Amino acid sequence: MLGSFHGGVHPHGNKGMASHKAIEPLPMPQRLYVPLHQHAGQPCDPCVTVGQKVLKGEEIGRSDAWVSTPIHAPTSGTVVGIEEYPAGHPSGLTMLTVVIDPDGEDRWSDSIAGIADPMNAEPAVIQERIRWAGIVGLGGAVYPSFIKMTPPKGKKVETLLINGAECEPYLTSDERVMVERAKETIAGIEIMMHTLPTSKCVIGIEDNKPEAIKAMTEAARSYNGIRVQPMPAMYPQGARQQLVEAITGKQVPSGARLVDIGLLVHNVTTAYSIYEAVVHGKPLITRVVTVSGRGIAKPANLETLLGTPIRNLIDHCGGMKPGVRKVILGGPMMGLAVDNLDVPVVKGIAGVLALLQNEIVDKPEQPCIRCGRCVQACPMSLVPSEMAWRAKVNQLDVMPELHLNDCIECGSCGFVCPSNIPLVQYFRYAKLAIQADRRAQKKLDMDKARTKAKAARVEQEKLEKERQKEAMKAAMAARKKAAAEAAPAEAAPAAPAAPATETVAAAVATDAAPVAEGAAALSDAESKAARAARAAQAARAARAAKAAKEQA
Amino acid sequence: MIDAVLSMSGMALAAGIGLGFAAKKFYVQADPLGEKLVGALPGSNCGNCGFPGCQAYADALVASGADGNVAINLCTPGGTPTIKQIADILGVEPVAAKTDHGPRVAYIDEARCIGCTACIKACPVDAIVGANKQSHTVIVSWCTDCEACVEPCPVDCIDMVPVVTSLYDWRWEKPAGPNAQVAA
Repeated sequence: MLGSFHGGVHPHGNKGMASHKAIEPLPMPQRLYVPLHQHAGQPCDPCVTVGQKVLKGEEIGRSDAWVSTPIHAPTSGTVVGIEEYPAGHPSGLTMLTVVIDPDGEDRWSDSIAGIADPMNAEPAVIQERIRWAGIVGLGGAVYPSFIKMTPPKGKKVETLLINGAECEPYLTSDERVMVERAKETIAGIEIMMHTLPTSKCVIGIEDNKPEAIKAMTEAARSYNGIRVQPMPAMYPQGARQQLVEAITGKQVPSGARLVDIGLLVHNVTTAYSIYEAVVHGKPLITRVVTVSGRGIAKPANLETLLGTPIRNLIDHCGGMKPGVRKVILGGPMMGLAVDNLDVPVVKGIAGVLALLQNEIVDKPEQPCIRCGRCVQACPMSLVPSEMAWRAKVNQLDVMPELHLNDCIECGSCGFVCPSNIPLVQYFRYAKLAIQADRRAQKKLDMDKARTKAKAARVEQEKLEKERQKEAMKAAMAARKKAAAEAAPAEAAPAAPAAPATETVAAAVATDAAPVAEGAAALSDAESKAARAARAAQAARAARAAKAAKEQA
Repeated sequence: MIDAVLSMSGMALAAGIGLGFAAKKFYVQADPLGEKLVGALPGSNCGNCGFPGCQAYADALVASGADGNVAINLCTPGGTPTIKQIADILGVEPVAAKTDHGPRVAYIDEARCIGCTACIKACPVDAIVGANKQSHTVIVSWCTDCEACVEPCPVDCIDMVPVVTSLYDWRWEKPAGPNAQVAA
C-alpha cells in the first residue's frame, strides 16, 4: 500500500513547457570542456596529453581511488588543452578540465563492445563494466553507481527501487527517457537485478507523468518482479529517503545506508546508462538536459555531450528572452545559480533553467516569526528554524544534536517560510564551516605531531653525534696508548722507562732520520701509532710556538 | 568525660581520613588555561612571537593575565583565527592581526635554489623536501606559514605566497540576515 513521507511541499510543477518535447540531439559544439571531477569522491587525473588524438569513448581521466569513476572523451578529436576552466559550481572557481576540439567524425574507439550475454555474465564483470563506463547517480548526487551495485559482504538488497519521481519542478529529462527509452531502461533494470542479485523491483513515478507511467508499465509487463508504482506528486519525493518512505513505509535511520534495511535506490536514467554501457559498451559521455524556464524561447530536452558549454544549449533553444534574472543548473529547488554561461554540462546536470522575475523569489530576509511552517515541511523531521538560529550566531558545536547532517538541502523549509529566510543557505554555510573547522583542527594536530617528530629526530641526531665523538675520543686515546707502548719499543735505547708524554717527545725527537727506516719496518698498527704521535707532537709544537709568539 | 573525648576524637579522625582520601581521589588539576592556550597555538615553535616556543608564549600569556602585558596577536602563523581563540580563552576582546595577509605558504623558486638544505634544517614541520645540491620544494599542505625557512636561505629564493582558494576548500558565505542592507 502506498504511503507518503513526512512533511514535503507542493511547488508548481512548471513541467508543461518541456514535458511534451521529444529528446533531440544537440549539434556538435565547436569545443568541449570536460571537467575531470564530475562525480562524488576523488577527482580524476588526466591520462591524455595535449595534442593527443582521442577517439569517442576513450578514457581521458582516471583515479586510483575506490570512490571515483573514469571520465571519457565525448567525441573524437584532438586534446588542445588540460587547464583550469570555470566549473558549474556556486563559487565560480575553476577545475582541471580537458579541452577537446572535435574532428567532426565522431568515431568510436575500437575497444567499445558490449557484454554478449549480460543475463548470464558474472556480477563482477558487470560491476567492473559499470565502473569503467563512469556511471554515477544521474539524479544529481553523482555517487559512483558501481559501489552501490556492489552490496557489502553480508548485506542483501531485497528490493531495488528505481527513482522516476523527478519531483523537481521544470525538469523533464527523466520523464522523456522513460517515455522514449522505456524498453532499454527496463532492460537496464533487469541487468541491475541480475547483478545485485534481487528478484523484486519497484519503479516509483509521480502521477504528473501519465505518459511515462504508461510506457514503463507497458515495457515492464513481460518481466516478473518489476512493478511500476504511480505516486501522487509531492516534493521532495525524488530524494532517496522520501522515496523509500513513500513506497515501503520504512524510514532510513539517521546515518544508516539504504542497504542496511535491504533497499537500494537508483535513478531511472542511471538504469538506462547501465543498459548502454553493458549491452552496447558505451561509457557515460552524454545525457539528456532539460532546457526550460520562461526565459527560454523554445524549451527542449537535449541529448547533450558532456563538456558542452551551457551557452550552446541556450542558443540552440532560441536564446534567452529579455529580463532573465537567474540561470540555474539543475532544478529550481536544489539547483545552483550561475553567472557564467561558459560552464560545461557535467554528469549531474539534469536541467538548465532561465528564470524571469515572476519565477523567482528575491524578497529580503525578515525576522523569524516562529510560525513553525518549516518544521512541518521538513521531510527529514528536523527543526530548520532552530538550526538557522544557531548557524546565524555560529553555535556550530550544537549542530550534531540538531542532526544538521541529516538535512538533504531540499529547500522545502525556505519554500514555505513567510519571512523569506534563506534557510538552506544557513545550513550549507554551517555544514561547510564545520568541515573547514575540522580540517583546520586536523592540520593543527598534524603540525604539532610533525614538530614533535622533527624535534625528537634532531635530538636523536645530536645524541648520535655525541656518541660518535665519544667513540672517536676513545679511539684516539687508545691510539695514543698504543703509540706510547710502541714508542719504547722503537726508541728503547733513548728512554726505556720514560712516562708517556716524554716517550712521545722522544719518538718525535728521533723522527729526523734514523727512525724513519725503523718505522717503515714497523707493523701497520705501529706505524699508525707513530704517525698519531707525530701529529700530536706537531700540534703541541704549534701551540707552543703560538704561545711564544703571544708572549713576545 | 572519657566517652565525650573518645567520641569527638573518633569523629575527628574519621572526618580527617575521609577528607584526606577525598582530596586525593577528587583532585582537580589547577589552571587548565595554559593547556588550552597551547592547544590553540599552532605548535610549530617557530618563535615568531618572540618567545622560544608555543609553550613559552602560552605561559607568558597566562602570567600576564588580563593586564595585557603580552599581546595576543603575536602568533603570525595562526593569524586571525588563533587570535580569536586566544581572546575567547582569556576572555578579552580580540585585536587585529599584526599583519593581515591571510594564510600563506612558502614558495621556493627552484631555478634559484642551490640545494644547500639550510631551509630544510630550519623547517619545524619537515615541510620541505630536497637533498644536497638538489632543488628543494615545499609540501604546500604541510606548510604552516611560520617563515622559519625564509631567513636561513643564502640566495633568498623563498617567498611567502598567499594560498589560492580552490573549489575544494571554498566555503558558503553566511546569509546577511534580516537587517542587511538590500542592494538596490
